[in-house]
Amino acid sequence: METIAFLVVAAAFASGSVLPAVLPSARAARVAGSLSAAIGAAAAAVLGVAVLASGTPWTLAGPQALTPIGGPLLVLDTLGAVFLCVMGLTGVPAALYAIAYLRPADSHPRGRLTHTLLNGFLAGLCLVPAAGNVLTFLFGWELMAVTSYLLVVADPAADDAPAAGLWYAAMTHAGFLALLAACLILAGDGPLDFASMRGAASALSPAAAGSVFALGLFAFGSKAGLVPVHVWLPRAHPAAPSHVSALMSGAMVKLGVYGALRLFFDLLPAGPAWWGGVILAAGIVTALTGVLYSVAESHLKRLLAYSTIENVGLIFVGLGFAMLMRGYGYPDLAAIGVVVCLLHTINHAVYKTLLFLEAGAVVHATHATSLEAYGGLIRRMPQTAILCLIGALSLAALPPLNGFTSEWLTFQALVAGARHTVPELAIWLPLALAGVALVAGLAAVSAVRLFGITFLALPRTPAAETATEVPRSMLAAAALPALACLALGILPGPLVTRLAGVAGDFGLPIARLQDGLGIGLPLAGSRFVPMALALVLVGCAGIVALALRARLGAATVRVDAAWNCGRAVQSARTEYTAAAFAEPLKRVFVGFYRPTQQIKVEVHPVSPYFVQSIGYRTRVTPWMEPKLYGPILAAVRWTSLQARRLQTGSIHVYLALLPAALVFLLFVSRWIR
Amino acid sequence: MIDAGVVTAQTLLLLLAAPAVAGYVRWLKARLQGRRGAGMLQPYFELRRTFAKHMVIADSASWIFHLAPFVLMAATVAAATLVPVVSAVQPADRLGDLFVLAALLMLGTVWLALGGLDPGTAFGGMGSSREMTVAALTEPTLAISVLALALATGSTSLGAIAGRVAATPAFALGPGHSLALAAFLIALLAETGRLPVDNPATHLELTMIHEAMILEYSGPYLGLILWASAVKMTLLLVLAANVFLPWGLATSLGPWAIAVGLAAIAAKLVVLGGLLALLETRLAKLRLFRVPELLAVSFTLALIAAASSFYTR
Repeated sequence: METIAFLVVAAAFASGSVLPAVLPSARAARVAGSLSAAIGAAAAAVLGVAVLASGTPWTLAGPQALTPIGGPLLVLDTLGAVFLCVMGLTGVPAALYAIAYLRPADSHPRGRLTHTLLNGFLAGLCLVPAAGNVLTFLFGWELMAVTSYLLVVADPAADDAPAAGLWYAAMTHAGFLALLAACLILAGDGPLDFASMRGAASALSPAAAGSVFALGLFAFGSKAGLVPVHVWLPRAHPAAPSHVSALMSGAMVKLGVYGALRLFFDLLPAGPAWWGGVILAAGIVTALTGVLYSVAESHLKRLLAYSTIENVGLIFVGLGFAMLMRGYGYPDLAAIGVVVCLLHTINHAVYKTLLFLEAGAVVHATHATSLEAYGGLIRRMPQTAILCLIGALSLAALPPLNGFTSEWLTFQALVAGARHTVPELAIWLPLALAGVALVAGLAAVSAVRLFGITFLALPRTPAAETATEVPRSMLAAAALPALACLALGILPGPLVTRLAGVAGDFGLPIARLQDGLGIGLPLAGSRFVPMALALVLVGCAGIVALALRARLGAATVRVDAAWNCGRAVQSARTEYTAAAFAEPLKRVFVGFYRPTQQIKVEVHPVSPYFVQSIGYRTRVTPWMEPKLYGPILAAVRWTSLQARRLQTGSIHVYLALLPAALVFLLFVSRWIR
Repeated sequence: MIDAGVVTAQTLLLLLAAPAVAGYVRWLKARLQGRRGAGMLQPYFELRRTFAKHMVIADSASWIFHLAPFVLMAATVAAATLVPVVSAVQPADRLGDLFVLAALLMLGTVWLALGGLDPGTAFGGMGSSREMTVAALTEPTLAISVLALALATGSTSLGAIAGRVAATPAFALGPGHSLALAAFLIALLAETGRLPVDNPATHLELTMIHEAMILEYSGPYLGLILWASAVKMTLLLVLAANVFLPWGLATSLGPWAIAVGLAAIAAKLVVLGGLLALLETRLAKLRLFRVPELLAVSFTLALIAAASSFYTR
């Protein structure tokens, strides 16, 4: 079963990479490439589900020809299977969506390349969680990085794409180097497959383990978008085509989470508790930074990218909590942390895929990227509006949708941690809880703003006025994650049980979390049954509507101009904008945003008392980048200027440099031993 | 079956009594301000009149505007099912806990904010923006108050907390509990749009929060919103009364226990509602941008409460 699924995955991605290049018509290339990608992603999900159902790892070894680094080796255990399912959940809708979404690219010479790259990207995404040794892992990691870089810079019309691509490439390769170093330290002199590394890791000195922790946190944190190494994410995600943005936000950043889980819970032995504290704190800071920028951002896709940073922060809160609890010796609480981390990974993958696909639909229909250019789209794009509403309500963590389930479990985990453990945590965990609650509240503001300004009220531009609904296949593709949002929200029990099994495989067993139709926490003594709540909600709304049905007929309802406190004229220029909606929060958190304001007053030449026009411009530019990266960039520039002196043009000097470098490296390796 | 009956009866009691609580606060406020004021039953007459009226719907509104009052009412009722009103034996503990209750109230707020944005008027957008801001900033305080309760009682479920506190009065006299109550009461003012955060009686355009958001609603929809607001206020008052000061709650389903429970909650609502009216007569409305300072005070109180709850548990 597993092997057949794997063969389908490999065949689909291989044919999806080749067919677009050889097929005669651009249309056939597009359909074949996208369908192959969808089939491959679906088969990957089947493979993941099969391994999760059986609970036993699936292995496939190629010739281990290249000693000492080995050869291709696939080992899919339950942790990898969960992430392979995430790739499938995100990949299938994104690939199906591409069929109609990429039609305008048919006339474009680079169009075919996009389909090939999509298959390569998905293959890389699926290879990483299935890798069983360092070689396979790094190959998948690099395949994913290179193809996604090319997809980010694929659109020649986007003028910010090259800069975004450069940030992305620099960050991802810095991460790659850190990862390589971490793997080499971890393996020592032994072979570079995960099973042997697991054994070798227990012999590591505390200093070596600490450096593996730091390098791993940097590498995987930069892939996931942890503050302060998140800077590439809000640039790269909006620049890519929307189905690729969905894959990057829904699937690719999650591999950073996968790597962190694999390294900290599987390969490395349990470290000191403060490792968990560092990750927990980083998670809270990341979530707050992400949500605050997402509330203030007006570029639709960048808003979603910041919201991805927020959710990655919440995922790392679960992960940090688990490490903290393991460090203090509470395996059952650590298991809840792992479940929270995995559950939010899946939930976020589902609703962020939905939202990016719908953002793509809105941009597709209006050819505009700013929230201020939309308005009233609910009348022109009714199906898109419904799908986007489901995504926005999930994003706002409202019951009975899936975003709330993981938030509820996060709250419960933090409460249980504060109650059942040591005094110092009883101070810090409430602060973490407050942070998560604030993030949830601000996420609701962001979701209302996203949906309300885009779809409600009057159209603000002619483009929004003339928008039309997107093709049916794009709607159908986005309906898949929307259904998943509802299903996972209403019936989370079976999934939570599976995820608890993954925590059990880490040696962190846990009592049953699934409790009838709902989920219950044995430690905190609380239950949550979303299906019953959904029934109460629908039932109440239905009863009220029935009771009022006589009062809602045409005889008693008049449709007329808006009241608006008696203001006679209503136009799009008087309605609330995205910037105005965020203004109260910008003033509350003024110390964080540090906005710059420009006020330009033009007066009549005769007297300064006759004001002719007032211009007001305010900007929020993230201040972390110049503060943190400015010095690093300056240092890199200075070093490269110094290194330029070596380039004399004389071949004798170059030949002399070679043995000098060799001797230097020999000394270094001698010193390391 | 009995469980469902207990939950339904308590929910219905809350729904039907809510306008009277709102009317009592209004009446007492008028008396304290030296006015005669309308009778306590006035909100019932207002609801009857509003439900009988015809509606005018803005031509720029979509189906979101129509659906919002129903979702608000449903979410408020769903939140009300979780609250122990008369009996500490709360079968709805098996449905959800205090975090779920807070999320359900947020669900109603979010839909009402969408309804405010939908007609595209400046006031609607202004009200939605401000209401969402205040709601978001109140969340941390609510969460920490829940945490303080959970640290002391070992559960986040309402019935379990009430039962545990009633059984061990020492909890309720400890610093953690009383500080959490103070923090919760401030959060309650912000959540229900009372002074000093928002003035429920104002129609001065630029100072409105909640009223600006629902400006376009009329007729039965407005009736639903007014009723849901009254239920939300009553629900939070009952929560303050029964979770923080649970004495008098029925611990069995005998007629005598239920009678005592009814009398106890009525007396507590008289006191808490009186406190609310007194506060509203004594305090002026804060500027919108001073509200976060008030919420920061309540947040700090809640944090201290959580820490002291841990040490005195």
